[in-house]
Amino acid sequence: MIGADAIVKCLVKEGVEYVFGYPGVAITPFFNSILDTDIKTILVRQEQNAAHEASGYARITGKVGVAVATSGPGATNLITGIATAFADSIPLVCITGQVNSNMMGSDVFQEVDVSGACESFVKYSYIVRKAADIPRIVKEAFHIANTGRKGPVLIDLPIDVQNQEIRKFEYPETVNIRTYKPTVAGHPVQMKRVIKELQKAKRPIICAGGGVHLSGAKEELRTFVENNDIPVVCTMMGLGALPTNHFLFYGMVGNNGQAYGNRAMNDADMIIMVGARVADRSVSQPDLITENKVLVHIDVDPAEIGKNAGPTIPLVGDIKHVLEEFNKSVITADYSLWIDKLDGYKDDTQNASRRKRHMFSSTLTEEEINALMVNPEIFIKHLSRAMKKDAVYVADVGQNQLWSCANCEIREGRFLTSGGMGTMGYAVPAALGAKLGAPDRQVVAVCGDGGFQMTMMELATMKQYNVPVKIVVLRNNVLGLVRQYQHFTYQDRFSVIDLGDSIPDFRKIADAYGIRYQQIAAVEDMDDGIAQFLADDEATLLEVIIDPKLVV
Amino acid sequence: MKRIYSVLVENRSGVLCKVAGLFWRRCFNIDSLAVGETEDKNVSNMIIVSTGDRRTLEQIEKQLNKKLDVIKVKTFDETESINRELMLVKVRYNRTNRKDIMENCEIMNASIVDISKSMMTIQICDTPERVQIFLDMLRTVSIIEIARTGTLALLKCAEQGK
Repeated sequence: MIGADAIVKCLVKEGVEYVFGYPGVAITPFFNSILDTDIKTILVRQEQNAAHEASGYARITGKVGVAVATSGPGATNLITGIATAFADSIPLVCITGQVNSNMMGSDVFQEVDVSGACESFVKYSYIVRKAADIPRIVKEAFHIANTGRKGPVLIDLPIDVQNQEIRKFEYPETVNIRTYKPTVAGHPVQMKRVIKELQKAKRPIICAGGGVHLSGAKEELRTFVENNDIPVVCTMMGLGALPTNHFLFYGMVGNNGQAYGNRAMNDADMIIMVGARVADRSVSQPDLITENKVLVHIDVDPAEIGKNAGPTIPLVGDIKHVLEEFNKSVITADYSLWIDKLDGYKDDTQNASRRKRHMFSSTLTEEEINALMVNPEIFIKHLSRAMKKDAVYVADVGQNQLWSCANCEIREGRFLTSGGMGTMGYAVPAALGAKLGAPDRQVVAVCGDGGFQMTMMELATMKQYNVPVKIVVLRNNVLGLVRQYQHFTYQDRFSVIDLGDSIPDFRKIADAYGIRYQQIAAVEDMDDGIAQFLADDEATLLEVIIDPKLVV
Repeated sequence: MKRIYSVLVENRSGVLCKVAGLFWRRCFNIDSLAVGETEDKNVSNMIIVSTGDRRTLEQIEKQLNKKLDVIKVKTFDETESINRELMLVKVRYNRTNRKDIMENCEIMNASIVDISKSMMTIQICDTPERVQIFLDMLRTVSIIEIARTGTLALLKCAEQGK
């Protein structure tokens, strides 16, 4: 048995179903050995997408996603995907080929110090020096990736180590890393304090973040808030933690969130952050959420607690475990007045928000414009309502993402997006990975024409492996979010945002890749078009024409 | 605020780089850094002195603890620990200032460890403040080069029991 045999055997032991990757000389022993296993390999069209696909797969299955690339350019292409996963705490194991270990450091062909390059955005990295270490390293890597605060782990594997003989293969049963013992159970005293404060509170609110999904605590959260009538807001990463049409849900917070959600946070006398980072986009002024409030911060990563705002009660632990404990207590406090008030906020803003008018042209009437393009916000509302109850909605980055957050209805399904890094082009590959992870669920990727062009080569992967993802491209021939920024900040001095006339004909693109194409260009066709788009389980590219001058 | 971190790490290649990289990436200060093996050759002790506000200093400790190569982080104020720094300083001397230099050495308990016709190397091992005072005393002399270890620190015995 050689090192490469050992590593694929380890992957089998870990229950790996799919490996997303791209070959190259330095990783060929691995791809040779994988043929002897039942692991399915997905050949991506660019390595970055391998990491995104593994990420989509991991987020839907709760398992570790595996991405494999060769040394040098393969490894550097992977990096954006690794950083994206790190920012959203997605468990990945990324394996890169490396040049012969006795050549390392001498700048030979396709050599790059990938573990050095990734150091600040991996949870941990290994350079394997001898094949005998492989079983321990892989075991540790999977453990590290998918416990505590999850994240990507890199294994750099020199080609000679892959070819090195190992005498006996023994996969360790357990992991023992003396430097890594993540806290799972919350501190009982702190948990009691939280319940006590809740009992005293008049206006409590829970802010749910991505941690709720990562720890698989959706049910526990729902039980907790329904039993005690506690209102919930969420961050972008937390969307879907509670169904968006739930009677206790009061929207997304932050500078891209709903006004009533932010108002609820500001007026609360007790905020419980659950698996949320207090990041700049969700809480722009962290000092405000501690002022005259009881702030409880529950997170599995102690370093997140107190990083941006000093909590009254810090509580380190796994969200699922903590909420299970909370659900054992009874809170008798009555928050109905507070909830009435929040309902009022919601009605206020909904009445106040007039439908944004098209800005396309002042010479055309509303009707004439409606015949040329659709309003993306209304489109997303209708699309998400028409989607299956447990569907997966993957939003890309840009205006499409913000429209999605604000208008997408998530019931039993999931909302996936690159929230931390904001990596354009995430949606298509992540949706592909998600669909492989959950073949029975409907998976819809929504992107703009900019982001789509960054990763549209994955249409080939979709076709090759017959992965029926539904793709929506909101086309406005412009990089809308930057355009909007330049509109407000630089008084319409537009710079490098115009995708212009050279934007490809998406019908031909879809044709070229052998994917079904559909277009919606008028309001009256919208609902029929959506119904047709979602009618079956076939990969489809839906182009939706929208106004380039819209602002979010 | 000044804070001393005694960081026990796995003695593996790349660990120094990871720890230093953490300070760099998160914009934490390193005033000094001294690394050496402990009684266990698999474990190194890094003594890092840093300055910052309370929240930053707390973040440093938490972020260090997150590193998978870090076994244990102990932090303390200068008052809670015994702090020492070793400095070697090479100076040029002449007949007129030779005596002054030697006197200064005597006052500060420094010793001359190497000497030639026109140069001498002085060694001082003391608290970081006293090393600095000694260096200031030598300002009138022409200094050729200096090597300093940075602060080494161990928690005071009396504090250890607390």
